[in-house]
Amino acid sequence: SCDFYVSPARRSSGFRATTIMAVEFDGGVVIGADSRTTTGAYIANRVTDKLTPIHDRIFCCRSGSAADTQAIADAVSYQLGFHSIELDEPPLVQTAANLFKQMCYRYREELMAGIIVAGWDKRRGGQVYTVPMGGMLVRQPVSVGGSGSSYIYGFIDSKYKSGMTKEECLRFTADALALAMERDGSSGGVVRLAAITESGLERSVILGNQLPTFFSA
Amino acid sequence: MLGESSIQPEWLSEEVKTGTTIIAIGYEGGVVLGSDSRVSAGASVVNRVMNKLSPLHDKIYCALSGSAADAQTIAEIVNYQLDVHSIEVGEDPLVRSAATLVKNISYKYKEELSAHLIVAGWDRRAGGQVYVTLDGLLSMQPFAVGGSGSSYIYGFVDAEYRKGMTKKESQEFVVNALTLAMGRDGSSGGVAYLVTIDQEGAVERCIPGNELPTFFDQ
Repeated sequence: SCDFYVSPARRSSGFRATTIMAVEFDGGVVIGADSRTTTGAYIANRVTDKLTPIHDRIFCCRSGSAADTQAIADAVSYQLGFHSIELDEPPLVQTAANLFKQMCYRYREELMAGIIVAGWDKRRGGQVYTVPMGGMLVRQPVSVGGSGSSYIYGFIDSKYKSGMTKEECLRFTADALALAMERDGSSGGVVRLAAITESGLERSVILGNQLPTFFSA
Repeated sequence: MLGESSIQPEWLSEEVKTGTTIIAIGYEGGVVLGSDSRVSAGASVVNRVMNKLSPLHDKIYCALSGSAADAQTIAEIVNYQLDVHSIEVGEDPLVRSAATLVKNISYKYKEELSAHLIVAGWDRRAGGQVYVTLDGLLSMQPFAVGGSGSSYIYGFVDAEYRKGMTKKESQEFVVNALTLAMGRDGSSGGVAYLVTIDQEGAVERCIPGNELPTFFDQ
């Protein structure tokens, strides 16, 4: 199938039909994504799940070519699972992020993948790492990606403050994604959220008619 | 030196654009317009203090974005046309008239021009109004954003705008929006220019970069 497949004509403009986001809080992370996959003007999947588990407490949010990101995520899950067995303890989020970076940087000319890695580990708690196209790696308290992300930089810069609770982060992520989905034609559908903490994973979905509403001119 | 083969610096052969963030918002009794001050030619900033808020008449201003030459020329022509029109009519022109004149030029020469002007002002008939003329359309809106930096603040303005803001709230809204856009858009920056227009007239203000509000990553 063709989750966010991008035709060759579109590839050169770096078109990434998505909005993804991740936020750190004390004790974990919140991640979110829209659910729209487009092939040209047709919405191939309106309920896509762009939040992919890499390990028990580590997820990645995928944007860019679906084929590329699925292949990378599969390879990294395998490597991380193997590493975790060797170590005999849960892997670090930083390790997962570095595995993504190594692959995305080595094959940077062939790949079109923008990935946000987020999760919880015992050493550093909740962490968000972003690996945009080109293969750099940087940790950020809040990170957005995908075509819809441009529209919410201003909102995120103005509204983010450190020390938010899990519920505040969930609300903040849902608001930001709703705003991006309102403005970006390639993002839409439902909002998928996940909160990852020491105790585990909580997934939720906000349906279209339950999304927060804002003013639109 | 690596690649220093040209006789002239690169920026002399690049098109001069007002990369820009522009914004206009109506409130009860008037409008507030805002813009950044950066003019770029390729990667060089050729003017870091350009005022992109151009008067079309006493109580009607326009905000320039896109190609600097195109935008300035449109504003000059419409300024002239409005002067003639207001003499013929014998009173201050309507904001809608100014916006229509801008739209006529933008539409007729849409293939040749690449400039987007937001027209805003105050008139006796309908008070404060904001018009967009992008691509040659004409549309009145409660507020409008434009320029390359506007993409980054759509989420912010959608979330923060409320009907019935006061003059002070509108000015803060404009300053915050400009600051956030200038923080993310490489083609916007410098100082923030503000113009507040109401029944009394137009008041211009310049806010230097170090007096702009700061947000979480600064």
